[in-house]
Amino acid sequence: MPITLKNILGTRDLAREDISTILDTANAFKEISTRPIKKVPTLRGRTVINLFFEPSTRTRTSFEIAGKRLSADVINITGSSSSTVKGENLIDTARNLEAMNPDIIVIRHACAGAAELISHFTKSSIINAGDGAHEHPTQSLLDLLTIQEHKGSLEGLRVVIVGDIAHSRVVRSNIFAMKTMGMDVRLVGPPTMIPFEIERLGVEVSHNLAEAIRDADVIMMLRIQTERQNRFLLPSLREYSNLFCLTSEKLERAPEDILIIHPGPVNRGVEIALDVMQDKRSLILDQVTNGVAIRMALMYLLLGGSDNGLN
Amino acid sequence: MGFDPKGVFFCPEPEIQLSSVIFNEKDISRAVTRIAHEILEKNKGADKLALVGIRTRGATLAQRLAKKINEIESTSVSLGILDITLYRDDLGTSKQSPEVKKTDISFSLEGKEIVLIDDVLYTGRTIRAAIDALIDFGRPATVQLGVLIDRGHRELPIRPDYVGKNLPTSKSNQVQVHLKEDDGVDEVILAKALSKKE
Repeated sequence: MPITLKNILGTRDLAREDISTILDTANAFKEISTRPIKKVPTLRGRTVINLFFEPSTRTRTSFEIAGKRLSADVINITGSSSSTVKGENLIDTARNLEAMNPDIIVIRHACAGAAELISHFTKSSIINAGDGAHEHPTQSLLDLLTIQEHKGSLEGLRVVIVGDIAHSRVVRSNIFAMKTMGMDVRLVGPPTMIPFEIERLGVEVSHNLAEAIRDADVIMMLRIQTERQNRFLLPSLREYSNLFCLTSEKLERAPEDILIIHPGPVNRGVEIALDVMQDKRSLILDQVTNGVAIRMALMYLLLGGSDNGLN
Repeated sequence: MGFDPKGVFFCPEPEIQLSSVIFNEKDISRAVTRIAHEILEKNKGADKLALVGIRTRGATLAQRLAKKINEIESTSVSLGILDITLYRDDLGTSKQSPEVKKTDISFSLEGKEIVLIDDVLYTGRTIRAAIDALIDFGRPATVQLGVLIDRGHRELPIRPDYVGKNLPTSKSNQVQVHLKEDDGVDEVILAKALSKKE
């Protein structure tokens, strides 16, 4: 089933069939990254612009590698090297990039809605690589791919997401996508980090980690965003890690085949203990590998047809 | 018999046969057996031989050929599956991105005698894409081509080394290969379209 979207702005817009198509396509693309010559000619002559206004290693590199393995030309622009420092606003930046006829613009920005905003001013496809605390759809899709690979199917799986729910765009994208795929989502964290009435998205809330993971299939740990911790959400990091750090002791009560995932970057010892990171059930590096495949799949699906998303 | 408005007698056109089975289960089985022997004869055994089937039905045929070759030589010939979607020259011309499936070539191509297998050879564009894809996996000693049906109308300088059946067709015809593993039945159908294909 081909997807009919022009942009990937969030998982909220994705139907179940769209997500299945993306995951199946990504599955086929994984093999390319294991070849001696890691390149196919599919997007030869296409241009992808990576427009990153926030720091990133994983996501930006992953998009760049994905584009290059499909033979697209990839251009990277970071916030500090762009005309934004000269005072140009986002819409003008988008219009100027559009004037150079790129096929895809990948954007990460600190403001929620930035990707959607520029999508109104460009003919290129827009992929949201994270907008404020709103959405990070490619991260969610690679999480789903990783889970599906190890569990076979997604339907009915119980996922526990632990950490700073309020500031996390990864959580929002995952809640939408996981609910669409028929999964149960339980959020765990200190009350100050869980938004009021989040249950309305169809999720459960708990404040006890050891209790919450007893019957879980997947546990997703989130990074404590120390750069955003100026609002007194925590008495101290130490108290947080006492209660919510995933340690092998807390894991003892979880099912044997539980999967451990983390979107990275990791604060070792704060949200996840070192020995848990190295546990064979931890799939943190599998997620990174799958990220390239997901981004290749999206670029292919957005550009492989003559009128994808334009009808 | 009828009478047309201009007052001239005419005969109604004979009913046009839409499709006919031109190769049945037995025919396919005989062709596979013969091609297996031809491959072994030309390559003097199966030592460096590897079969690569083009998805979907080429892969199925390659599996049958490999089984046959293994029986004849009591060996285990390397078998790969190629999806050529990412190498197509018509990407962006169909409405939506064609479905991509897994390529699975888990052996080294260096120095191997590769036989590409497909069900129908027509314009040759699929084979061009397949050769490009193969070369990305390494440098084989030779690349040969085996097909069940060669229906002509080549648009590129490509010729098969092993052919199940040469089938002269018109461009408006359709040749459909059905195999048990994919379609539940073994047959090759020649379908004559009444109107020009879109």
